[in-house]
Amino acid sequence: MYKIEYAADLAESIKLLVVLAPMVAAKAQAGHFVVVRNGEKGERIPLTIAGYDRQKGTITLVVQSVGKSSSEICALQEGDALTDVLGPLGHATHIERVGTVLCVAGGVGVAPVYPIAKAFKEAGNRLISVIGARSKDLIFFQTEMKAVSDVVHYTTDDGSYGLHGFVTDAVKNIVEGGEKVDKVIAIGPLPMMKAVADLTRNYGISTVVSLNALMVDGTGMCGGCRVTVGGETKFSCVDGPDFDGHKVDFAELLRRQTRFSEEEKMAYGRYRKEEHKCRIR
Amino acid sequence: MSDKVRMREQSPEERIKNFNEVPYGYDEREALQEASRCLGCKKHPCTRGCPVEVNIPEFIARIKESDFIGAVEVIKRKNSLPAICGRVCPQENQCESYCVLGRKGEPVAIGRLERFAADYEREHRQTGMTAAPSSGSKTKVAVIGAGPAGLTAAADLALLGYEVVLFEALHAPGGVLRYGIPEFRLPKAILDEEVGYIRSLGVDIRYNMLVGATLSIDDLFADGYKAVFIGTGAGLPYFLGIPGENLNGVYSANEFLTRVNLMRAYRFPEYDTPVRIGRHVAVVGGGNVAMDAARTALRLGADKVSIVYRRAWEEMPARAEEKHHGREEGIDFKLLNNPVAILGDEKGWVKGMECVRMELGEPDESGRRRPVVIEGSEYVLDVDTVVVSIGQGPNPLLVQSTSGLETNKRGNITADPDTMATSIPGVYAGGDIVTGAATVIAAMGAGKIAAGNIDKYLKIKGL
Repeated sequence: MYKIEYAADLAESIKLLVVLAPMVAAKAQAGHFVVVRNGEKGERIPLTIAGYDRQKGTITLVVQSVGKSSSEICALQEGDALTDVLGPLGHATHIERVGTVLCVAGGVGVAPVYPIAKAFKEAGNRLISVIGARSKDLIFFQTEMKAVSDVVHYTTDDGSYGLHGFVTDAVKNIVEGGEKVDKVIAIGPLPMMKAVADLTRNYGISTVVSLNALMVDGTGMCGGCRVTVGGETKFSCVDGPDFDGHKVDFAELLRRQTRFSEEEKMAYGRYRKEEHKCRIR
Repeated sequence: MSDKVRMREQSPEERIKNFNEVPYGYDEREALQEASRCLGCKKHPCTRGCPVEVNIPEFIARIKESDFIGAVEVIKRKNSLPAICGRVCPQENQCESYCVLGRKGEPVAIGRLERFAADYEREHRQTGMTAAPSSGSKTKVAVIGAGPAGLTAAADLALLGYEVVLFEALHAPGGVLRYGIPEFRLPKAILDEEVGYIRSLGVDIRYNMLVGATLSIDDLFADGYKAVFIGTGAGLPYFLGIPGENLNGVYSANEFLTRVNLMRAYRFPEYDTPVRIGRHVAVVGGGNVAMDAARTALRLGADKVSIVYRRAWEEMPARAEEKHHGREEGIDFKLLNNPVAILGDEKGWVKGMECVRMELGEPDESGRRRPVVIEGSEYVLDVDTVVVSIGQGPNPLLVQSTSGLETNKRGNITADPDTMATSIPGVYAGGDIVTGAATVIAAMGAGKIAAGNIDKYLKIKGL
């Protein structure tokens, strides 16, 4: 069991968990992920590591409730435990000094972006961040991102904070405003990463995306997370999770992410019904 | 000479509706009757066919005397997983193929007797095995991978007096016995019992430990382990490399079986992991894994399951018993057929598989007649799910993170076949990670040889 040392709500249905996993923390680097399982009947879910403390032996995870398993994990409190935490998995993000790095985070993607932004900043890069969310109250990690960025831009879909629009609008403003960007890191929902990659392709700016494909084991065994990159099949668990955003077949991946949506919807429906009953009692 | 005593089993009509084990196993009367067929040959050639060298006539002699617990004790001197081996070993190619009776009739059903003895012990032993006394001064040995090779090596090393820690990447033990072989062929409760026995010998199993990521072989030596055994298996699924393989509805056999076996998707939504099964499932391949996938698909409710295999019945590498069970259960065998493309609908789901028909030509390097495409024989098989089961390779993760560990071109670890020693002193390897995908018992045999040689190595080194 992996004890939860600290739990906090970051925003509506977004939870931060600090989990005791000393061996994972000892090896974790920016860009790595873990596979967690909650309960003996739980499924294995990949979650990107949003931070780690080698001294305390903890890793930080940020979870958004979108279905049954993620809702159950979001309901965990300090003192509870995750049944399994396996990691660190995947290749760490390749950090180098390139000049100016633009980190683009969509929604809950700011959690995995943060350690990467921090590492690029520490490597001596100028760091510009764009944080996008549907609405102001869904933005989190502001202090953290500010601490590692030279400039932070915000966008909201509803205009409640920062630029009224999408992260791509901010990226466009930055690049077309004359900023010489050498590398883009984009992490967030697949359509957002696709939109950023489509935009930066025009500018010829190297763009790395982090893919969180459906997977079972996370070690290269099931092949469920396969994704086409530059015409070749890759496993996002062991070949990624970072890939060249200009080469990823996003349309295929978007489709593959719906492989079990009917089952997921059914399980979530049942869960909500059960949970509702509990509340009535 | 009489034939083997038949083993009663669930009828095909009944069993395709459940995941319960197919054969019931012998009862005492049947076991005694079958054991009485054994001639107890002095030279006991059967033992030569056993990769872990179980003294077969001796354990059968105990059964003849109704000393069933004694029979298991004989087996366990060599084999720590008898209930598993009694179920999944290809005895027809091993011990039983050496049985003298087999020359004129049917050999003794050694596997069924092994299974009987192990099951009898599990059901009747009053007290559990006592744990080996642990002392702080034992030499530490690390075993990587809790599959057949690793479990066997760990058990033997514990019996030799070492402090053994078994590092497993998944959240449950067994390797392919857990994620690959289905419940109806190897009930997981039996696996748990046999792993429990190995733990009772003092083996400490640690889960969620992916050596190569969570820790490295160098870390193990730094932590005071004096030797390492690598039994990480063949876990990387191969794909066909044909168009449409990434469509929704195409699984590797590994993904399909892992969802169902390790994650228990057949009990979704009670268990959280889903598996989606279509109306008509094609399983591509002809090995035991393909049979397991096909029979699993039937039990999940597919209307029709077709095995698509490019050679003929005789060339199929699956065990005779598996092919026979599959046929009884109504699996459609599309032999001498080969897929060339998987076709998708407008939403990206599988709607068919284009195949060609094959004929057998001259023998190839494997000695089997080479399948050749019949020109103009293309047709579309109407399927909505495809399970690709054409084999697995070695997972490169551990090798990539271990400098100096030599492999062959295919990525299998190079190990001396007599000692299982690798290119790194103190590091041994065995099972599928060395040989490529083979059998449970071959991996166990390698684990056993490695354990003996690790013991020799440590004694010579004075460790």
